[in-house]
Amino acid sequence: MSKEPIYLEKIQRSLVGRYRAERVFRGCGMLAVSLGLAAVLLVFVDIFIKGTGAFSATYIALDVTYEKDLLGIENFADQRQVNSGDWEAVYKQALRRDFPDIRKRGERRKLYALVSSAAGYDIKDRLLANPGLLGSKETLWVLADDDIDSYYKSWLDGNAYTARLTDGQIRVLDTLINTERMQLRFNANFLTRGDSREPEQAGIWGAVIGSFLTLMLTLVLSFPVGIAAAVYLEEFAPKNKVTDFIEVNINNLAAVPSIIFGLLGLAIFINLFQIPRSIPVVGGLVLAVMTLPTIIITSRAAIKSVPPSIREAALGMGASRNQTVLHHVLPLALPGMLTGAIIGMARALGETAPLLMIGMVAFIVDIPAGFTDPATVLPVQIFLWADSPERAFIEKTSAAIMVLLGFLVTMNTSAVWLRKRLERRW
Amino acid sequence: MNTSATFGVGTPSESDFRDTRGGDMSEIGLTKGHVTVGSVEIQAAKMTARGVNIFYGDKQAIHDVTVDIGKNQVIAMIGPSGCGKSTFLRSLNRMNDTIDGCKIEGDIRIDGEDLYSPKLDVVELRARVGMVFQKPNPFPKSIYDNVAYGPKIHGLAETRVDLDEMVEKSLRRAGLWDEVKDRLFQAGTGLSGGQQQRLCIARAIAVSPEVILMDEPCSALDPIATARIEELIEELSHNFTIAIVTHNMQQAARVSQRTAYFHLGRLIEVNPTEQVFTNPEHSLTESYITGRFG
Ligand SMILES: Nc1ncnc2c1ncn2[C@@H]1O[C@H](COP(=O)(O)OP(=O)(O)O)[C@@H](O)[C@H]1O
Ligand SMILES: [Mg+2]
Repeated sequence: MSKEPIYLEKIQRSLVGRYRAERVFRGCGMLAVSLGLAAVLLVFVDIFIKGTGAFSATYIALDVTYEKDLLGIENFADQRQVNSGDWEAVYKQALRRDFPDIRKRGERRKLYALVSSAAGYDIKDRLLANPGLLGSKETLWVLADDDIDSYYKSWLDGNAYTARLTDGQIRVLDTLINTERMQLRFNANFLTRGDSREPEQAGIWGAVIGSFLTLMLTLVLSFPVGIAAAVYLEEFAPKNKVTDFIEVNINNLAAVPSIIFGLLGLAIFINLFQIPRSIPVVGGLVLAVMTLPTIIITSRAAIKSVPPSIREAALGMGASRNQTVLHHVLPLALPGMLTGAIIGMARALGETAPLLMIGMVAFIVDIPAGFTDPATVLPVQIFLWADSPERAFIEKTSAAIMVLLGFLVTMNTSAVWLRKRLERRW
Repeated sequence: MNTSATFGVGTPSESDFRDTRGGDMSEIGLTKGHVTVGSVEIQAAKMTARGVNIFYGDKQAIHDVTVDIGKNQVIAMIGPSGCGKSTFLRSLNRMNDTIDGCKIEGDIRIDGEDLYSPKLDVVELRARVGMVFQKPNPFPKSIYDNVAYGPKIHGLAETRVDLDEMVEKSLRRAGLWDEVKDRLFQAGTGLSGGQQQRLCIARAIAVSPEVILMDEPCSALDPIATARIEELIEELSHNFTIAIVTHNMQQAARVSQRTAYFHLGRLIEVNPTEQVFTNPEHSLTESYITGRFG
């Protein structure tokens, strides 16, 4: 059957317009995607540039002598001597020897301030680990103060930042730099320590552990409860007004600003149940309540997406409702449920507002050892550092964001991976 | 058979019907007190339905259906789509229980036992009355696990060897054994459509049901796969009671001993298959089998 020529012509003419519309549409889509990617890239690059500095720290080489008199220690077995030992005297003596012309008390103090107050503890740890060093000499790299760190890093970039240093200090630093006694080394402290008022000693590990403990609890509480609720609502609940009402409210809860959950936690868990504030238990409870609606909703969607024909097949074989759910629906819905849970967890990991309400914003130096130790979490740590005036905290903040992003990316990737793996439908 | 097919394309509905006949239901015999013509009752009945009404919410899908299903026989249920064949079929193993708002009145029995009495256990009923669906729906598990599922949940096999035997026997009866014996532990969903449907039949007969309900089991299959299933139905009918819904009148004619014609939720006629296709008693049946609507 051939078309009349007039129709063919009309079709051909309309084709031009259709193809143009398609090109425009596709172009818009690609533009939108590129804009999104560019924004993400910009943020990542900015954070990366600012944050990498935190993974290195400035160290100063000092020729130290572990003199017994100086330390006030004869024997490391004597706990009283260890407790009263003057560890800082070791690096102070070395500094005095290296810069003998600085004599005034104020200037001396400025000289000592070049070294981080953590150096004393490092010396103590080193001596306790190697008691044989007592009485000997060595060249020791000691951690520099954060202002020195800022100065040295900016000096390396060719734009020395001197605002918080005296002229005398800068002269000393230049001497150290010229004699190659100043060096950037890997900053293990950042990854192994808790928070500190001194930026050069501040680490992320306390917050990582705090986040881990809190999220463990969140997962343990919200995942089983969420799945049970979803299964009940989807498979067993009668379809009536009460169920509808519950459904509407779950959807509402998912949209409630997270800070409200913090207020709820404050009122119920802390005021009513008297759970101490600032601990992972209460943080986990609050985040579990917050995550629950998300998990219920994604789990229900996962259950809904199981083809009804599978249910019919099982029921038609004489499987009970329960068996149908356990043998067929749940295994098929599990990848979706896990994805939902991981996305929920990722959101909980990045949550700050509700935790501020329940006191997880406290300044905590010790690394929490359990669910009832005061703790802080990664996003709150970022918030705290971003709020600190010291210049050195800028790079810490960005580095902490990098760590947080690292966890988020890992979690989301594992969600995708899990889904891919489990989705091989049998 | 299609000589007088002047119309009948598309989905017939109540209004189609009025247009073609130029009158309403009562004029052509579908009165409120409509009585099914033919022989609804049969000597050796496996299942009996008496005065069955089925509702979806307020809407009535089945009106006052009375029919017997003969032991070790195949009864075909035919009729225009939407006339309630599936609805009626599903009431025979209470699959309608799973649909919210579906309500059943009347009396359905298997071997004299009331299907809807509170004493009857629906799990047990479904072990006695198996079902094969329109779209092949094997579980997303291995071929073996598909067939073994029924025996497992009903605790029919004492040992693994028993279970293996049951699986083999069912697959053999479903005519699938030779095709799958080397890949029993591969996914059932990897089979062709016709093989999947035979797997579903094997799965259904693995628990040795007394009755097998089939809802358009071949409508998703090609003619060759369809022919295989029809052969299978013929074979199975020696040992099982079968009720099959079909769109395909030739199929009904080939596999069944009795045929029931449904129209707008009513059972119009039940007669031996040969009679239905050669000498229908009711004018509506005649219109349908001559292709005036379908
Ligand atoms: N789950 C359901 N809910 C409401 N109405 C239904 C449902 N299933 C079927 N129906 C209605 O019942 C009537 C009979 O449907 P069905 O038994 O599927 O017909 P058939 O199998 O003969 O094509 C149709 O009008 C259909 O719309
Ligand atoms: Mg149907």
